[in-house]
Amino acid sequence: MSSSMSSSTSASSRSAEAGQDTVDSHDAPLLEVRGLHVEFHTREGVAKAVNGVDYAVRAGETLAILGESGSGKSVSAQAVMGILDSPPGKIASGEILFKGRDLLKLGSEERRKIRGAQMAMVFQDALSSLNPVHTVGMQLGEMYRVHRGLSRKDAKAKAIEMMDRVRIPAAAQRVGDYPHQFSGGMRQRIMIAMALALEPALIIADEPTTALDVTVQAQVMDLLAELQAEYHMGLILITHDLGVVADVADKIAVMYAGRIVETAPVHELYAHPAHPYTRGLLDSIPRLDQKGQELYAIKGLPPNLLRIPPGCAFNPRCPRAQDICRTTVPPLFEVTDDAGVTAPGRASACHFWKETLHD
Amino acid sequence: MTDGATALGAAKPGETAFTPPVQQGEAILEVRDLVKHFPLTKGVIIKKPVGAVKAVDGVSFDLVKGETLGIVGESGCGKSTLAKVLMNLEPATAGSVRYKGEEISTLSGPALKAVRRNIQMVFQDPYTSLNPRMTVGDIIGEPFQIHPEVAPKGDRRKAVQDLLDVVGLNPEYINRYPHQFSGGQRQRIGIARGLALRPEIIICDEPVSALDVSVQAQVINLLDQLQKEFNLSYMFIAHDLSIVRHISDRVGVMYLGRLVEIGSDLEIYEHATHPYTQALLSAVPLPDPAAREARDRIVLVGDVPSPANPPSGCRFRTRCWKAQDRCATEVPLLVSPSWLGGLAGHDSACHFAAERESGPSAAERGAEGGAEPGNGVDGGSAAPPEEGQG
Repeated sequence: MSSSMSSSTSASSRSAEAGQDTVDSHDAPLLEVRGLHVEFHTREGVAKAVNGVDYAVRAGETLAILGESGSGKSVSAQAVMGILDSPPGKIASGEILFKGRDLLKLGSEERRKIRGAQMAMVFQDALSSLNPVHTVGMQLGEMYRVHRGLSRKDAKAKAIEMMDRVRIPAAAQRVGDYPHQFSGGMRQRIMIAMALALEPALIIADEPTTALDVTVQAQVMDLLAELQAEYHMGLILITHDLGVVADVADKIAVMYAGRIVETAPVHELYAHPAHPYTRGLLDSIPRLDQKGQELYAIKGLPPNLLRIPPGCAFNPRCPRAQDICRTTVPPLFEVTDDAGVTAPGRASACHFWKETLHD
Repeated sequence: MTDGATALGAAKPGETAFTPPVQQGEAILEVRDLVKHFPLTKGVIIKKPVGAVKAVDGVSFDLVKGETLGIVGESGCGKSTLAKVLMNLEPATAGSVRYKGEEISTLSGPALKAVRRNIQMVFQDPYTSLNPRMTVGDIIGEPFQIHPEVAPKGDRRKAVQDLLDVVGLNPEYINRYPHQFSGGQRQRIGIARGLALRPEIIICDEPVSALDVSVQAQVINLLDQLQKEFNLSYMFIAHDLSIVRHISDRVGVMYLGRLVEIGSDLEIYEHATHPYTQALLSAVPLPDPAAREARDRIVLVGDVPSPANPPSGCRFRTRCWKAQDRCATEVPLLVSPSWLGGLAGHDSACHFAAERESGPSAAERGAEGGAEPGNGVDGGSAAPPEEGQG
């Protein structure tokens, strides 16, 4: 417990010392998503990918959104960025407040100005996200040419500077290389350089290390965390990997079937999960003392988004499900400790969170 | 489940291509100095060889009957190529693969077909490894068309239904198509196909890495249970070290086409002596923040060199903090270092193999320069190489 305390204070002190220059970092969150609903209209019916998601990110803070495929984690990020495929995708309701302005009320031209300059995204697969027929220097420089109106020469100089920032060796020589000439880790660095180019206030990283090897993963995550502290950005880290988020995130939101089922500061989530789904995920990771035994497996499959079960979406797979779970959708309950004091930032969408917590 | 097991277990002794039974604990597959080079050519019409991608470059190991051998390594280290060469899907450039004592890397025609019956494969991606236009019954039953002796025509439907039952799918799904199943269920179909011919060896190439976390555990449990039921030997290729540890009896670590370390799971995970294994283990994302902070992480510099032009001597030396002049000139052999004993005394291809005491730092690397603990192997005194600390 003592180690968990020290790390959360170090995380907050880091954001506090870097946050002197920004005025609004103390009170208003940088990004606030409220009641977001996203639907996909398909031939088979309406797939409800995101069903009422709320979260907030402050400057200098890292929020990890954890979920399996189909949980709505990427779709909600695309809605925030304004790059949702629509049609078939449609934001049915909700608000996305960025620096106090509701992005969903803005026109496409205004959103375009925000995208890239104010908020940027790092995608999973750098090879398919970069244009194979242009040099990386040109693709990086394009950010400055389009948004800042720099000349070709100045843009190239800026591109080299950014490549240096993300620690690409011999940046000046490699600026004219094409994406295929870089390794996977280097390509992901270029993606990060592009996202950081205009010094956005918010970065959304969608599975930034999933396509990379473990030894390279560590390098890229370290770089991302370092740059985030340097620029004092808000970072939303979308991932399915419980391991990756553990030491970079300040808080975690776990998504299941389009809803956030649990939020918690990172240490508390791993030590004392308050939702059976989170608990199941943690339990299904092989541990040393279970060698040779059967692994704990969450039974069944994630639900089809066309037919989300009534009540709690997790109820058909939940070991704790009762009648109430099959009829009533659990709201996000505030999680309190034994003395009844609210644990800051903790919430669980389970009717039996108390029992799960104390299990 | 039980009747499926009996239906499958009823292989008549005379049916298998190679009758001499291999006892539990004996090597069923012996791989020696296996090499696979892919030639690099220049020119469109006249293809001039300009080099080779050395995907697998001298790999030797034994697969013991009934065990699970895990193979870990990063992308490009040759682990999937190794699987393909073992299956004879790619011809080996050099070296030998012996199945129950018989050389199989040079076989062709009916003899190869007979061997392949006993060595089956489960692929990584259950979305692309199943033909979308075939029903599940046809997919799982296809091996029977190639090897009709395993299941006579009239019994095939029953045999397929038994297989579906064995892997935990509803036998009534026999007429469905792959798209009607989820990823985890598709992987079960792939496993059922691999089991159809009652093989003795199954090579699993990243069988769970395309699956969601909550489904991975189900498939791992299934593989474990099938191994016990049918006494299978697994070669389990994966990059997820915690899953490999869970399922494997022995683990081999590959780097740039070579095995750098091999040993029991305890020897590799708790007493790794090769620097690459140590770095790999320390980089594993641990889902426990407290344990992460406690451990000492080695962050390797740089990327894996190109297998077309690997470094001389030890291939890991360009990223290794222990590297000395000797590492550039002398290829370290995969042997048990004479200066190590106990659990640390397992095969490790490093001149300075030693258990890790604490993480390396740049200062230590510089300070270490003078010490030349190079006489460890040939010197009879077996002086232990000094740790970076010393």
